[in-house]
Amino acid sequence: MTESSRSLVSVKNVDKVFKRGSEEIHVLGGLDLDIPEGEFLALMGPSGSGKSTLLNLIGGLDRPSQGSVEVGGERIDQLSNRRLAAWRARHVGLVFQFYNLMPVLTAQKNVELPLLLTHLSRAERKKRAAIALDIVGLSNRNNHYPRTLSGGEQQRVGIARSIVTDPTLLLCDEPTGDLDRKSGDEILDLLQALNREQGKTIVMVTHDIHAAARATRTLYLNKGRLTTEPEE
Amino acid sequence: MKYLYLLWSNLKRKKMRTTLTLLSIMVAFLLFGYLGAIKQAFSQGIDVAGLDRLIVRHKVSIIQLLPEAYESRIEKIEGVEDAVHQTWFGGVYQKPSNFFAQMPVKPEEYLKMYPEFVLSDEERNAWLNTRSGAVVGRGIADRFGWKLGDRIPINATIWSRKGGERTWEFDLVGIYDGAEKGTDTSQFLFRYDFFNESRQFGEGLVGWYTVRISDPDRAAITAELIDAEFANSPNETKAEPEGAFLQGFANQIGDIGFIMMSIIVAVFFTILLVAGNTMAYAVRERTNELALLKAIGFTDRGVLALVLGESFVLTLLGGGLGLALAWLLVSLGDPSGGSLPVFFIPYSDLAVGIALIAIMAFIAGILPALQAQRLQIADALRR
Amino acid sequence: MAGMFNWISQIVSVTLFNLRTLPQRIGSSTTAIFGIAGVVAVMVGVLSIAQGILRTMENSSSSENVVVLRSGATSEMMSGLSGDDVRFISEGPGLLRQDDEVMASPELFVIINLPIRSTGTDANVPMRGVTRVAGDVHKGFQVVDGRMFEWGLNEVIVGVGALREFAGLEIGSTITVAREEWPVVGIFEASGGIAETEIWVDASVLQPAYRRGNSYQAVYGRLKSPDAFQEFKDALTSDPRLNVKPMREADYHSSQSTVLYNLITGLGTLIAAIMGFGAIFGALNTMYTAVSSRTREIATLRALGFQASPVVISVLSESLLLALLGGAIGASLAWLVFDGFRAATLNFSSFSQVAFAFDVSPALLVRGIVFALIIGLIGGLFPAIRAARQPVSAALREL
Repeated sequence: MTESSRSLVSVKNVDKVFKRGSEEIHVLGGLDLDIPEGEFLALMGPSGSGKSTLLNLIGGLDRPSQGSVEVGGERIDQLSNRRLAAWRARHVGLVFQFYNLMPVLTAQKNVELPLLLTHLSRAERKKRAAIALDIVGLSNRNNHYPRTLSGGEQQRVGIARSIVTDPTLLLCDEPTGDLDRKSGDEILDLLQALNREQGKTIVMVTHDIHAAARATRTLYLNKGRLTTEPEE
Repeated sequence: MKYLYLLWSNLKRKKMRTTLTLLSIMVAFLLFGYLGAIKQAFSQGIDVAGLDRLIVRHKVSIIQLLPEAYESRIEKIEGVEDAVHQTWFGGVYQKPSNFFAQMPVKPEEYLKMYPEFVLSDEERNAWLNTRSGAVVGRGIADRFGWKLGDRIPINATIWSRKGGERTWEFDLVGIYDGAEKGTDTSQFLFRYDFFNESRQFGEGLVGWYTVRISDPDRAAITAELIDAEFANSPNETKAEPEGAFLQGFANQIGDIGFIMMSIIVAVFFTILLVAGNTMAYAVRERTNELALLKAIGFTDRGVLALVLGESFVLTLLGGGLGLALAWLLVSLGDPSGGSLPVFFIPYSDLAVGIALIAIMAFIAGILPALQAQRLQIADALRR
Repeated sequence: MAGMFNWISQIVSVTLFNLRTLPQRIGSSTTAIFGIAGVVAVMVGVLSIAQGILRTMENSSSSENVVVLRSGATSEMMSGLSGDDVRFISEGPGLLRQDDEVMASPELFVIINLPIRSTGTDANVPMRGVTRVAGDVHKGFQVVDGRMFEWGLNEVIVGVGALREFAGLEIGSTITVAREEWPVVGIFEASGGIAETEIWVDASVLQPAYRRGNSYQAVYGRLKSPDAFQEFKDALTSDPRLNVKPMREADYHSSQSTVLYNLITGLGTLIAAIMGFGAIFGALNTMYTAVSSRTREIATLRALGFQASPVVISVLSESLLLALLGGAIGASLAWLVFDGFRAATLNFSSFSQVAFAFDVSPALLVRGIVFALIIGLIGGLFPAIRAARQPVSAALREL
């Protein structure tokens, strides 16, 4: 692939080393990755291959031991914790395998959560959360608490939360990993629609070939290296 | 303000636990407030002692009597404005455990000396016109349900009447109120002229003097002048500021008060420790929720503030309720059934209580809050 | 019968299983234990003060002894008896005679101001003018250091309690009373009674110093036997020449401590009650946490066919065990710290100081532990019921 003119994410020569006691574990080594704007990228690979680590680096949840991570032209690996947090709030939406909803908040309030970090008025926050819930098809579940929702519904609330701030980049860590086939498909439909209709750039970590098939590109991560084909 | 909802939702997570923690904190501060009142009672209202008043008593002991004639001699001393005498009557109303102070005084002079005893002009005149008239504090009147016009029999333990009669009957002509919170409203006052003429022995002898001085800064010097006036007489005196006198009396209660206070303070902190531990536990068990907040863009400091805020809301509610309840309980009366002359929570203690609430909220919240602040998102979300 | 056995064995196994998991909940269990320990320690500690005062009063009294005051007087200080009164009282029936002397000791009681050792501020110290038989009448009187004062001289002896609490009472020092100097020549004990807080002098020296002529305030007497009291009392109260109130010494002393005892007991009980609520809340919290952390495990047991009652009992026994531990720690702590601790305070009734030792009696220890168990019972009951009521299927599904 040629050097993309509009690369949204640019990961260059990234190492990631974890320390467990005195032992050093090299998860990623000299990794390069470019993700053009508007792409729906699926990241596959065996457990412990570093998929989630890479996703965390792109999402600014973690920092590389070496190398650079550039998103939307900004070197996020160089931001202070404080500015990184602000950056996340504005530019990334996160979707998790176990949804990570606040059990004490209603669907509506869960979706509204990221908007608390903006200067929007109360009414505006409410309106936007309602729109996001409408997009994921849950407008009738506004006042439900997570424990009263099915897994698929919970994940949709999670997706509504990730898009409520209108970020350009969605990062999904095994979004269907905890769901049955039918619910999983619905979630994938939703992600696909978000990619196609709203132009969201999506990076999705998954184990599931069916899920990966929905993406516009699939990469395999193995022993810290990226390939276009699964390693045998 | 917009975060308050989030905070409140978190507290509602485990209603039972939040309620119980809240109640423990409430109990701790109820105890604190209540002890403030007890401490105040033991110190007999030192806070409200008149700075411009001295107490002059017999040098050997306050139970030794002084001549009535000392009054005019004291009043001639430089720096003295006025002197009045009081005498411990020590009578019993119905049964010995009904302990309160009864004192024969000169009505007009006494009320002038103690402007904090507020009596209507009408009742004052009634007292001046009734030889057997008595005036009592609101507190003691409420305690025994006395009303104006009641005839109150007091059995003398020291002062029998001429002819050996032990029962003195007084007509209740006035009930005074305290001008300040700490004013002693447990006194039973009656007329000295009536007392002096009726008593079987000791005519012309009084218990102690209260002296008003013109310059509180010269209290020590005036006290010395008074003692010098009576030095080498059969009845030497000891003069000291009212505050010091009351303090000395409070000190007599001695180590017990101190010991009780210190063990209770220890328990106060034990309860706080338990409550604090519960709060810390409540934070620990939702590590991944806090990590999520960070992941979606809450700053480290924001999460710190959130956890601390939770601790503050909980402590403030619990502590506030506790202090309020203490206030209520104290206003219902003292535990000995009325033998403490003053019983209230001083404002200074309330202020300390509020400061303690803030400190407690901070201490209970800071460790989990720091933990939340330091939380590595990537690790925590994986859990 | 077999059902019963089965039930019991269920209880035992669930309880043992439960207790084995206790170390996993060490944090919250420890705080509950210490919460309860603190409450029990304070309750026992405060009540030991009251108990100590009571003990001092008991130590002061022997069953054969009587105290005679002027009628109407509630304490010695308020009383007054003339020389004639004293003579008539000494003629009362039933009084013991020893070496030709009647065991009736007329005494004077005054209060002097002496500085408290710890604060340096004045305290009301009782000073007793006594006659020759006083040492035989008062229980356990014994000079333990120095010597008895010389009769007729301005000399004093000092009780061990007074020596300990007030400054300037060592042998060789002098106190100033009634414008005269009184050297301290001896230290005495009185079987731990209230007299140990007093200073004793010859009554015949004190009388002129206080211009009391030939009057006294009380007569302490020793009867031939405790049974002789009624006769003695009847004789005195029916004597037209006398207007006095004879009392058993024990009754007199207990009347002297009533106000103080009630105040401290009242305060102690109230404070313990308030703190008890705090401890109950703490225990409830601990046990609810324990139950909720075992939701799955309890549900599994129930699914396997265990009945509800063994679950209830296992939770209750855990909470009672924690309470027992807390109570035992608190009671021992109170015993170690407070038992025998010496202090003095103002006794409102006699308007004078009384020195005493805190008394953590076995009965108090038992009360403390019972109190702890009550806290544990209440703290465990509700969580236990909740545990038993959990619907099995829902609990199994829970994370």
